[in-house]
Amino acid sequence: MEILYENLLQMDWKYLVMWAIGGLLIYLAIKKDMEPTLLLPIGFGTILVNIPNSGAITQAGSEEAGALTTLFDMGIANELFPLILFIGIGAMIDFGPLLSNPKLMIFGAAAQFGIFFTLCLASIFFDINDAASIAIIGAADGPTAIVVANKLNSQYLGPIMVAAYSYMALVPIIQPPVIKLLTTKKERMIRMDYEGKEVSKTTKILFPIIITIVAGIVAPSSVSLIGFLMFGNLIRECGVLNSLSETAQKVLANLITIFLGITIASQMTADKFLNPSTLLILGLGLFAFIFDTAGGVLFAKFLNLFMKKKINPMIGAAGISAFPMSGRIVHKMGLKEDPQNFLLMHSIGVNVSGQIASVIAGGLILNFFM
Amino acid sequence: MFLAVNPGNFVSNLYYMGVGMLAIFVVIGVIILATVALDRGMKAVEKKKEDK
Repeated sequence: MEILYENLLQMDWKYLVMWAIGGLLIYLAIKKDMEPTLLLPIGFGTILVNIPNSGAITQAGSEEAGALTTLFDMGIANELFPLILFIGIGAMIDFGPLLSNPKLMIFGAAAQFGIFFTLCLASIFFDINDAASIAIIGAADGPTAIVVANKLNSQYLGPIMVAAYSYMALVPIIQPPVIKLLTTKKERMIRMDYEGKEVSKTTKILFPIIITIVAGIVAPSSVSLIGFLMFGNLIRECGVLNSLSETAQKVLANLITIFLGITIASQMTADKFLNPSTLLILGLGLFAFIFDTAGGVLFAKFLNLFMKKKINPMIGAAGISAFPMSGRIVHKMGLKEDPQNFLLMHSIGVNVSGQIASVIAGGLILNFFM
Repeated sequence: MFLAVNPGNFVSNLYYMGVGMLAIFVVIGVIILATVALDRGMKAVEKKKEDK
């Protein structure tokens, strides 16, 4: 009989708290539709690994390998899952709006301010490698956060991944108040004309190759990140691999996402997650996100000081990697102020540049600290 | 578990913020220039083809 309740005796309040956290993530995924493809597997995995003596992860002193630990070693410890996912993401991105107005890319650069500022702030509490890994949460880019935290051997991989994906889902809640705080109604009503210039197919094909070469030369550590993203885009744009492009966008991305979410959960054990540093990481991640948004908006306001034709500063906020949520939010905020103000093409262009810039920022951080 | 607090690190790491932001603007600037040049080049090629 003892065998039936033996494990129950090992229950601890910490396991119950982790079950509640897992339940909360599942609730947010299903009821609030917040990044369900990732928060649901992470939530379920959190419960799975926080059962006393869970066989899903390799237990200390045990020779039996847990399935999730094996998946982690095979797919995340060597960055394989996030990189393969980047092929799918690259295949989903249309660089058209950006290529028709390349100057918009500068806002993607400005909106990486939060990452570098948070790096300084986090270094007050953490060693520099952990601080850099925490700061990259501000990129709003899950795969980049995983690769950077992994390469820098951060011991806070679990909380960093959860924060990165949760904040991506919270873009509609986090960004609007920051944008409103930093802009006047008059600024939010600035109209921007869109001249939809046609972009040649050759330009679309050469663009991912050029980005890979330029980013790879400056930040060689990021060349796999940017390279896989651009490879996916090249498959999309080349015009002769439509079947592969479709597979990368749907089947490949979905397959990796299933494994990625539940494998991330292997790091969500009570002993790793329930400590004061987790709360601090969540706070610093939020801080990075807010300052990325502020960086983009303030840079646009700064440019307006010198420009005849004013820019709507809200589009600067779309320079983060959360694609296409951030671009859509800016567009919706513009419509709210003026129903005739269509910012979508500009904000999506900036949003796409944020995707590129955040990967470059990740590469620069790796260059600094590896 | 209490975390060590080292406020001095903030100032010493501002260097990375400066260099990081400068580098990202430079890289993005180079990409913008390359994209503009590429676009102009392609348009010139297309125009030549049309003229022929």
